[in-house]
Amino acid sequence: MADLSSAAETQASRRRWLLLAPALFILVFAAAGPLLITLVYSFLTPGDYGGVEWQASWQAWFNVVMERDIFDDTLGWSDAHLSIFWRSVKLSLMTTVLCLFFGFPTAYFIATRPKKQRDLWMLLIIIPFWTNLLIRTFAVVELIRAEGTVNTLLIWLGIIDTPIQMLFTEFSILLGMVYVYLPLMVLPLYASMERLDFSLVEAGYDLYATRLKVLRRVILPLVKPGVIAGSILVFVPSLGAYVTPRVMGGGNQLMIGNLIELQFGQGRNWPLGAALSITLLAIVMVALMAYVRAAGNQEPHRV
Amino acid sequence: MVFAQVSGDVEKTITGGTLKVATAISVRNLRKVYPGQPPVVALADASIDIKDNEFFTLLGPSGCGKTTLLRMIAGFEHPTAGSLTMHGENLLELPPYKRPVNTVFQSYALFPHLTVAQNISFGLEMLGKPKAEIGRTVDEMMALVKMTEMADRQTGQISGGQQQRVALARALAPKPRVLLLDEPLSALDFKLRKDMQLELKRLQMETGITFVFVTHDQEEALTMSDRIAVMNAGEIRQIGNPRQIYDQPAERFVADFIGDTNFLPAELIETAGQTATIRLSSGKQIAARAAESGSQKGKVTLAVRPEHASIGPEAEGLLAGTLGEVVYFGTDTHYHVALEDGTGFVVRQQNRPDATAQFSSGDRVGVHFAPGIGQVLKD
Amino acid sequence: MSKAFNVSRQNGFTTIAITCFVLLYLPIILLVVYSFNSGTSVAIWEGFSWRWYQSAWQNDQVQEATVRSLIIALWASAISTTCAVLAALATTRTRKFKGQAAVFAMINQPLMVPEIVTAVALLIFFAMIKVATGYTGLAYLIVAHSAFCIPFAYLPIRARLQGMDLSLEQAAADLYATPFKVFRRVTLPQLWPGILAGAMLAFVISLDDVVITEFVKSAGQDTLPTYMLGQLRRVVTPEVNAISTVLFGISVTFVIAFTVLGKIKN
Repeated sequence: MADLSSAAETQASRRRWLLLAPALFILVFAAAGPLLITLVYSFLTPGDYGGVEWQASWQAWFNVVMERDIFDDTLGWSDAHLSIFWRSVKLSLMTTVLCLFFGFPTAYFIATRPKKQRDLWMLLIIIPFWTNLLIRTFAVVELIRAEGTVNTLLIWLGIIDTPIQMLFTEFSILLGMVYVYLPLMVLPLYASMERLDFSLVEAGYDLYATRLKVLRRVILPLVKPGVIAGSILVFVPSLGAYVTPRVMGGGNQLMIGNLIELQFGQGRNWPLGAALSITLLAIVMVALMAYVRAAGNQEPHRV
Repeated sequence: MVFAQVSGDVEKTITGGTLKVATAISVRNLRKVYPGQPPVVALADASIDIKDNEFFTLLGPSGCGKTTLLRMIAGFEHPTAGSLTMHGENLLELPPYKRPVNTVFQSYALFPHLTVAQNISFGLEMLGKPKAEIGRTVDEMMALVKMTEMADRQTGQISGGQQQRVALARALAPKPRVLLLDEPLSALDFKLRKDMQLELKRLQMETGITFVFVTHDQEEALTMSDRIAVMNAGEIRQIGNPRQIYDQPAERFVADFIGDTNFLPAELIETAGQTATIRLSSGKQIAARAAESGSQKGKVTLAVRPEHASIGPEAEGLLAGTLGEVVYFGTDTHYHVALEDGTGFVVRQQNRPDATAQFSSGDRVGVHFAPGIGQVLKD
Repeated sequence: MSKAFNVSRQNGFTTIAITCFVLLYLPIILLVVYSFNSGTSVAIWEGFSWRWYQSAWQNDQVQEATVRSLIIALWASAISTTCAVLAALATTRTRKFKGQAAVFAMINQPLMVPEIVTAVALLIFFAMIKVATGYTGLAYLIVAHSAFCIPFAYLPIRARLQGMDLSLEQAAADLYATPFKVFRRVTLPQLWPGILAGAMLAFVISLDDVVITEFVKSAGQDTLPTYMLGQLRRVVTPEVNAISTVLFGISVTFVIAFTVLGKIKN
């Protein structure tokens, strides 16, 4: 008996891995494998015209946060890099907060529409989500450029004489990122809110809670999984954003993604680029693990 | 005594022998219509006066409007027309969180992110009571419903019966004047339900809070209530104490819904005050209770409870028929008789240890009941 | 008669929500509108014209980039969907197997790793291969796209599969059908909406990709998005608007089709 069942199991197992083989092969070849190579590259020396010399070195990792002063050869923190890290974290956090501020009422609004309408409203959120990132970023550029819609309108109305510089600032990057990532915040929030048992909200009102108190003490704790999921879904990609800061920030306001790209372009420091990438990956992994832990802790509260 | 004094204003004025008890909730012509083709009338001109300290039940089948009425008192439904006042205050102008009523929800609606103790303290926190007072009241409540050891449990970790008690404690903690209970026992199993019925009755009598209780279970209503409002299809069909509802049903629906009833076609000959003389299909005449609003001469329906009738020899009965099924129930035996005029009649007799079966299926028998027992129903 | 109390209402939420929807669509609507502008400005309206669509249509670079985008997207969609179907069959409706968590992590990896990191990793890796073999064709892009499209194809297929009753396939097997026949005659007829949805999602994701394509491509190998990215650095004419509008139209069509597919019951 035992032989038969284990033989069947081995056959099933073999079949399973056979089916998985194509997908796993491609993913190892073009996703996971290259990451390992990147790690290796981060320990090599930059080549003269890009690429690497196969010579081991800690230099790249060192240069992630520190630099050697070109004049007196002393070691110091790399202000340039640190300010870029700070900008990235700052902008990502602000993006997350703003997306939460706008996304929470939006998701709540959709979740409280009559059932038949909800799909329609969600469609309105999903369409931008599926629209090319570049198009959406570009659309915002069109609005805030010097010759863009807003400036033209303001000049036409006579409110200002010369165009306001909105593009190529941290503000424009923030604006672009909030615009691009808002649907990503709304989707998980909506999923959480749709499952909200409104009899609990009624109970809150029945027990003398005002609207604000019900929001704070009943609704918010119950949709916390959605809030956490949405925050992660916005924070992680915005930290590694490349297109939006490049288009909205010009060459001046760099985020981590742009700094990385620089190393493979003019910067000609592939190992540094590799090290920066791995650093970004590490930060993202930490954030994801924190999310998994936080989501796991929700279990006992779930109804 | 848990509650220092009975909450709510009780004016017991002894004036020449009459006791006047204040009205807690006054419902006047409350109406709820939902738009549609055709419009749905959930509640049609309901008018009730619920008194202080009473255990008042709204009883009826699904869709009769009892829950709608309850939710209107709580503030979660708004009437299309009518008035709703509590101790003179117009409730309709107040949002739910300003009304001094609390609800025990059918699904309990316990906050899953809070512990048992935190659930119970919720209302008091919202009212801004001082911490010390909250602590004391919560302890009091948990002792009242015997949940003290479960204080720190999450609500998902306790049984259905325990959840029900927490829901009750949570609603009682703010010491409301009126407690609304929306079919709170429907999810409990039989034994638990029986226990909780006694518990709730005891609680109501001890605390003196006005209970407005919604149920579809007529037995539950009869055992617990001071007064019952029987509802059907959005309308209140009869209001009275359990005895009145059971013995003197005003109409066919009430007689049918509460307990078992036999309906006999009869002819009303004359009425004198509370008594009516009727002629049965067998031709025999007997006295019966007249309908409340007075009865018209002519064809009527007579309601007779199975336990108020007896079975005997054909010649001695008011009505004659053939005995069909004899069903033994342990405490009683039910005799199903097919009367001559075609109606079915059930007689319920309590089983005596000494009695032997006198009649068996197929026998010709007579059905008898005493004068004044039958109730003339207004059709 | 005083007003009814609406339990689900929260102060200000509806206003913020509606504002959100308006602000979300305003830039896109302006984009579309100005693609029909007869003038060269993207802000000053000079009249209705198709000129930018025509110039985009006649633009050699645009034509080339479009064709390249479509070729890559079609290949990537086909490859990733096939892999995804097989992977979904292997991992859905089964008991837990050893290595399950690792497999899921692997399949969903492109969703978790920031695009720039993947882009850099591929740049490095493919550069090595380029040096070794001298090959600089489209295959790099196709393979790269296939990889990150797999999870996007996988998720709808898996979702659909999970909703399917396994006992139907077991009944077919009981009636002497081989695994392949079971798939063809029982699984596939029920699964096809999910497969189509996955393929469409993969197609759109591939079509829209900017970052990975930008890093992996060789010189002159522009796709439509990378072409547009390049254009943004120079003088911007409504031609970019025109291209964007077309792409936007494709997105909307696909979203609606995807939603409809999701509604198809067995």
